[in-house]
Amino acid sequence: MSKPTQPLRSACTVILCVLIAGLVAVPLLQIISSVGQSSDGTWQHLQETVLPGYLWNTLVLALSVGLLTTIIGVGTAWLVTSCRFPGSGILEWALLLPLAIPSYLLAYAATDVLQFSGPVQTLLRNTFDWSRADYWFPNARSLPGASVILSVNLYPYVYLASRAAFLEQSACVREMSRTLGLGSWQSFFRVSLPMARPSIFIGLSLVIMETLSEFGAVDYCAVDTLATGIYRTWTSRGSLIAASQLSLCLLGAVAFLIAFESVSRASLRFHSSDESNRVAACIPLSLFRGLAASLFCWLPIVAGFLLPTLIFTHKTWVNGDQRAVEMLADLGTHSLILATIAAALAVGLGVHVAHARRTHPTMLVKMAARISGLGYAIPGGVIAMGVLGAILHAENGLNDAFEFLFSWSPGFFFSGSILALLFAYQTRFLAVSLGVIQAGLTRVSPDLDAVSRTLGKSGIKILTQVHLPILKRTLLCAFMLVFVDVLKELPATLILRPFNFETLAVRIYQLASDERLDEASTAAIAIIATGIIPVIVLSKLMSRGNSPKSHRHDPTTANPPPLPSNHD
Amino acid sequence: MTEQQGLLVKDVSHRYESRVSVKSASLEVQPGKVHCLLGHSGSGKTTLLRIIAGLESALTGEVKLAGMKVAGEGFHQPTEKRAIGFVFQNYALFPHLSVLRNVMFGITQCSRKEKRDIAMDLLHQVELGEYARSMPHALSGGQQQRVALARALARKPAVMLLDEPFSELDSRLRSEVREITLRVLRSSNSATLMVTHDPQEALGSGDMVSVMREGLIEQTAEPRHLYNHPVNEHTARIFGVINSISPSSEFGRSICPPDRDNTLLVRPEQIRLSQTSKPPQGCQGVIVQINYEGPTVLIQSQLGSGQLVWTREFTPTERHPGEQVQLIMAERNLNGAQ
Repeated sequence: MSKPTQPLRSACTVILCVLIAGLVAVPLLQIISSVGQSSDGTWQHLQETVLPGYLWNTLVLALSVGLLTTIIGVGTAWLVTSCRFPGSGILEWALLLPLAIPSYLLAYAATDVLQFSGPVQTLLRNTFDWSRADYWFPNARSLPGASVILSVNLYPYVYLASRAAFLEQSACVREMSRTLGLGSWQSFFRVSLPMARPSIFIGLSLVIMETLSEFGAVDYCAVDTLATGIYRTWTSRGSLIAASQLSLCLLGAVAFLIAFESVSRASLRFHSSDESNRVAACIPLSLFRGLAASLFCWLPIVAGFLLPTLIFTHKTWVNGDQRAVEMLADLGTHSLILATIAAALAVGLGVHVAHARRTHPTMLVKMAARISGLGYAIPGGVIAMGVLGAILHAENGLNDAFEFLFSWSPGFFFSGSILALLFAYQTRFLAVSLGVIQAGLTRVSPDLDAVSRTLGKSGIKILTQVHLPILKRTLLCAFMLVFVDVLKELPATLILRPFNFETLAVRIYQLASDERLDEASTAAIAIIATGIIPVIVLSKLMSRGNSPKSHRHDPTTANPPPLPSNHD
Repeated sequence: MTEQQGLLVKDVSHRYESRVSVKSASLEVQPGKVHCLLGHSGSGKTTLLRIIAGLESALTGEVKLAGMKVAGEGFHQPTEKRAIGFVFQNYALFPHLSVLRNVMFGITQCSRKEKRDIAMDLLHQVELGEYARSMPHALSGGQQQRVALARALARKPAVMLLDEPFSELDSRLRSEVREITLRVLRSSNSATLMVTHDPQEALGSGDMVSVMREGLIEQTAEPRHLYNHPVNEHTARIFGVINSISPSSEFGRSICPPDRDNTLLVRPEQIRLSQTSKPPQGCQGVIVQINYEGPTVLIQSQLGSGQLVWTREFTPTERHPGEQVQLIMAERNLNGAQ
């Protein structure tokens, strides 16, 4: 019932918040509006031929990646938070490293190593004197191959979410279960795991959304999913409408996931953490068990980070892309500039929306915040379609109007510009920064706002003098997450980039699709090197906040920056 | 009191959706005085405090700070414009600022050096001068409370509002911090309204005490008057165990004038236990329960009629359950329940 202080400023805050939501909603509305339009038979053709296959592959991929990431993510998180074994301290942050590698690079590396002429099969043939028909070897360019590649790449989302949940679990509850006669394994399955379930679901839904929107790796593995189908329908069939209609199928799946995540989040509210934030004592593992645990945790890091990095480093050393070296400065600059601007914008807009939601919790603002967070769930390719459609609509209208009024038209000035790309990035990644900032703000006691007001401060001053300084780490975390995401982003960049504007990701994709992997390796190393810095900062931020040695009573450092989420 | 100073609350009401949280509350606090608002949780006392601060809007009624109307008749001055200082129950210190910067936070319209001097002066007053550079999380609860007090006083508010300021402290610290707090508050000349659920704290700290129940201020009086002349059984019971005695009961007949017809509220310390076998007055009972409270002993005795009566002894006398005793009124000052 507290009163807003300055009506004019309040109105501006709310209007800006609604405008941001409107911006995010434009591409989505563009896609939804394609439902009733005619695609000149393309849609019917898709329905009769490839659509069932797209749907089946997408479903199988999402389920298998979901299952594998849960096993890897939850297992590693529990081991590093609850057990003490050799290397568990390093693993705590090293498990995040695969975040730095774009999934398509992983696919290139895996295919390269495991193919017939690759080092593994060559070694087997030479050692055992086999010929081609003598043995069976799994094919990386297949649906199961794509599942494993994506799982090794995406498990850090589940790891992050479940690790946070395990750390927040009251030590008392776990110790209590031990006093009731449960062993450590039983305690994990009957107490820790059920308690962490809502958080695990949140991480899992992020993984599934990423899987649904995955393009590069899936495309390289020659698995036809909805996401690759959308791109192909547009590029080879030239039908924007049919591509948008295909996007709607993905939106349906995403809507289901959002509902699923909302339910998880609602149940999360009933889980309270121990006020004293006491960290449960770690279980020391015996030598054999410790080695097994170590192996289990190192495997995904080796497969998801170390091996591909080594492979690309080797390739660059032996047979690098001379042109890429020349272009590297340009490519790197493009990637860095795009990622920095997009991340800064996403943090700025995220701060505004999250702050508006806190200070003006009206129905309208809540709705706007929710819409602003929708984009993450939507594949980059789909967003690119929507952005392109919306911009072309606007440009056509503008050109017609100029033609009519001045017999001159400005042409398509916006659709091929970096602005269009930034627009798409905001639609897709605003959710990431908003989720992190919103979750961070909920940890700032409303009493601090009230006390600031009793000390004569209001609105923007409370934001700049109280909220932002307290949320420094959270803002950095939001910036880094968006930065890494934009750096790795492929489909939207591929569709919307200006002519002759290449980023590291685009260059890698182009070379790799021409099977020029050796040349692609130079840009790959560059993208890994650029991506690893924010990931290391991020993992340090996360582990510093949670370390039992950290200032546990200092609210600015006590909690790790929260995991991004699409919802409040 | 002249209306030009201190705090004046007149007929203030408030509701949270369908539930009325404050019903027509009125009170006055003079500058330099401490007024305690006492009640159980959910009685509306914190809501009333937040209304005065402007953190909640009153449905009806009027609030004046230092003679200036800040709320009433559709007018609502924003919190940040009101001449108040607020100490929250959890202190709400800014975790990212040092102790000194916390205290300086609200001071405006003077140079940085002046702000620093004002803040340091206040920190010395609350005996925390040497902690100026510390971060809040490095301080104990009692120290954090005093920083919150200094920070609220730094703007020289006309009215200080304290929401359960000592509730998070252990009993040993509590009296020490309370003593410092009250000394600083009285010397600041601000009118202070302090919310508490602890009756001893209200009686010990307040120049005046108001008892609140279900949104209603039931009685406002000086501590001694309130303790000795509660207007009803609820107000009487808030200060501890009380005997509710009917004039027609065995014990009632022995202590009441014949014309008395309403229930008597008698505090345990108003009844004396004696071992005289032939009492000139009072009646006989058997001790059934003894509660040691440190300096005092609370004793429950059962009369011949089965009625249970509490008494409190201040001098340690060896008593045992089952012992025969005489119950005698020690004071003639009896209260009737309304």
